[in-house]
Amino acid sequence: MSRLLPFIGFMLLAGLFGFGIWWNTQHDPNAIPTPLLNKPAPAFDLPKLYEPTQTVSKADLLGKPYLLNVFASWCIECGVEHPVLEAEGPTLGVQLVGYNYKDVPADAKRWLAQHGSPYAVVIADEPGHTAIDFGVYGAPESFLIDAQGVIRYKHIGPLTPEVVAKELKPAIAALRKEKP
Amino acid sequence: MTPELGQLALILALLLALAQGVLPLIGAWRGNRALMAVARPAATGQAVFVAIAFGILVWAFLRFDFSVQYVADNSNLELPWYYRIAAVWGAHEGSLLLWILILNVWTVALAAFSQKLPEVFASRVLAVMGLVAVGFLAFIIFTSNPFGRLLPMPGDGADLNPVLQDPGMTFHPPMLYMGYVGFSVAFAFSIAALLGGELEQAWVRWARPWTNVAWAFLTCGIVAGSWWAYAELGWGGWWFWDPVENASFMPWLVGLALIHAQAITEKRGSLRAWTILLSIFAFSLSLLGTFLVRSGVLTSVHAFASDPRRGVFILAFLTIIVGGSLLLYALRAPKVAAGKPFNLLSRETAMLIGNLMFAVAAAMVLLGTLFPLIGDALHMGRISVGPPYFGFLFPLLMLPVVLLLPFGPFLRWGKGDAGMLKSMLLRVTIAALACAIVAAFFVDGHMKAIVGVAAAVWIGVGVLLYAYKRWREVPSGRRYPAEMAGMLLAHFGVAVFVVGVLLSESLSVTSDVRMAPGQTQHIGSYDFRFDGAHRTTGPNWRADQGVVTVTRDGKDIAVMHPQKRTYPRGQVQTESAVDAGITRDLYVALGEPMDAGNIAGAWSLRLYYKPFVRWIWAGGLLMMLGGFVCAADKRFRLKRTVTRAEPAIETRLQETRA
Repeated sequence: MSRLLPFIGFMLLAGLFGFGIWWNTQHDPNAIPTPLLNKPAPAFDLPKLYEPTQTVSKADLLGKPYLLNVFASWCIECGVEHPVLEAEGPTLGVQLVGYNYKDVPADAKRWLAQHGSPYAVVIADEPGHTAIDFGVYGAPESFLIDAQGVIRYKHIGPLTPEVVAKELKPAIAALRKEKP
Repeated sequence: MTPELGQLALILALLLALAQGVLPLIGAWRGNRALMAVARPAATGQAVFVAIAFGILVWAFLRFDFSVQYVADNSNLELPWYYRIAAVWGAHEGSLLLWILILNVWTVALAAFSQKLPEVFASRVLAVMGLVAVGFLAFIIFTSNPFGRLLPMPGDGADLNPVLQDPGMTFHPPMLYMGYVGFSVAFAFSIAALLGGELEQAWVRWARPWTNVAWAFLTCGIVAGSWWAYAELGWGGWWFWDPVENASFMPWLVGLALIHAQAITEKRGSLRAWTILLSIFAFSLSLLGTFLVRSGVLTSVHAFASDPRRGVFILAFLTIIVGGSLLLYALRAPKVAAGKPFNLLSRETAMLIGNLMFAVAAAMVLLGTLFPLIGDALHMGRISVGPPYFGFLFPLLMLPVVLLLPFGPFLRWGKGDAGMLKSMLLRVTIAALACAIVAAFFVDGHMKAIVGVAAAVWIGVGVLLYAYKRWREVPSGRRYPAEMAGMLLAHFGVAVFVVGVLLSESLSVTSDVRMAPGQTQHIGSYDFRFDGAHRTTGPNWRADQGVVTVTRDGKDIAVMHPQKRTYPRGQVQTESAVDAGITRDLYVALGEPMDAGNIAGAWSLRLYYKPFVRWIWAGGLLMMLGGFVCAADKRFRLKRTVTRAEPAIETRLQETRA
């Protein structure tokens, strides 16, 4: 029997590895759980990209759920994400708020003119200070914020049609269900 | 030389590996000499085709064939030729190809040097090597083809990860793989022995030099990796307990245990089952290392592209090879304890304790490395244990090893001499205490440093005393056979290593400072003067280069040039400046400019004074040298074919040598 112990031990280990592979296919190993999930979004008050004299604050956006999408003209992955937002944006049923992150306003405007803007409103965070409150790692990132100003869903990296269908839309549907 | 030919060569190599893995086994089972004779030519043919495939990939890199996806991903027009060759093993597919090439080098060497082995045994050994090659060739062909095309062909490629663009990194992987793959020889010997049921002491003697050489290469690879981490990562550390480092450290520990267990089995005939088990473990842990790095089960800084399909493949392969051999072990391992009995006070006991400590340490490292995975499985979340866990447990486990090490050689096989041991204990204790007291004055009472000096003297004096004893008692010419010299070198290396680790850990001085040009910082007894930074260029990078002049009591010691390099694809890499010395390293890493627009202004700098840090690698290199010297012993060379009919003579011969 004792001669079988190494074999049994190894098989347990192999089982653990099998589990590890399965787990990694189920979970994105790069997913970083945001501590802000299901917490109120940080307060912000940022100038509009097109009318820098006017600002948009968190309070202005309360009352309706919206998707805050962090983007920048320097961000190559945002170019990948952009057509998805253009195509899926109108079908989401929530307002899209563009969050222009650490960008030169002129570059951002040119970029949006070139690719089209799926956003209802675009706010600009040129120094990137507010992004720190949101825990933004880089662009693109997306936050789904409900009518009470609570972050309900977060995605790091470009939104793909798959992510929109499997994660974002169910999250939006869940918001609707809550509201009578 | 089109890349498709490379792929074709790999497919042919796979077919030959299948022939090498299957036919000789059938031959050995049926007593069919024609089938057994397939092993050598098939192994040679396989090696030729793998070498062709490898050569084609090297060629594709040298002539910038960006139509090959792997070449386009890992090199560009600006990359110097030597790093383009190193780029061959800079990522997943190519490093697998290197793995296979090295496996073939070992197999061909084995085929050449095993002419005098009994035919049945040699063909089983070569067949096992063939089966291992089948797994890896299938893995590369089905999941990780390095010759895949990229169409349309880009005008220029991406880049070799700048972290890898360092001399230390160019030969770190080949050395490491020489070690990993080298354990396959001891593994193949064990499996062949289990299959044939011939658990003679003789096969252990044949396997010993192979294990020693493999272990020495692995040591060299780990030392190179550690040196690279020190010089390149900019944190002045030399070991991080990173999963990938651990993956190379586990087979090293088990290989160390194996070397000693093989010595016992060869000389005394005892511990046969344990030796077999260790040789299975040593190679299994090498495979496991590959699995952990490639499968993405653990995400680590070094982990190359991970892909669940690859993970599943390696897991299946691992289960067949390791599970199969452990099952074979369970069925066929020797049932009765064989060999000569030994007393509690004997060399066997001392070596067994060491063996046990190495095995437990390897298990401890395995547990720590897999902790995040276990955490996931038990729904505790992804937790890493990290350096506090390893840093506490590893020295604790190695304490008995350090304490026992000087006595091992003095103890006789079977029954040790207590009287001699006492006088020896007295001498090393006095030496260690005396040196510790002297050291205490030099190190400002740092306990860790004092312990380090005492431990190193304890081991070093023990080794020297034994060398002196041989000198006095044994006639010249027979005093230090290679096996003995290797042992002394390696054990002395442990002393050098221990003092290096403990002194550098306890006495290092680190300073994170902001320095304007002309400012001076005093560290240790050295003055570091920052003379500003400027732009410079290399073959494929631009850099901000700082100039730091080091003086001591007004005398110039060194002018150092730490860099912050920017590579063509925008990756930034620090290049620390090191002024090496026997008793201390001075180490400067360039941080960030205080004002991003003005590189001529003030910078943040990390300055280190690291005493005796070089002794860490010197100790490692001595251990490596010991392994190689040991393997060169004439005793291990086959003079004649030993058959099962003459074990009695064998044993008698060994006794006269022991």
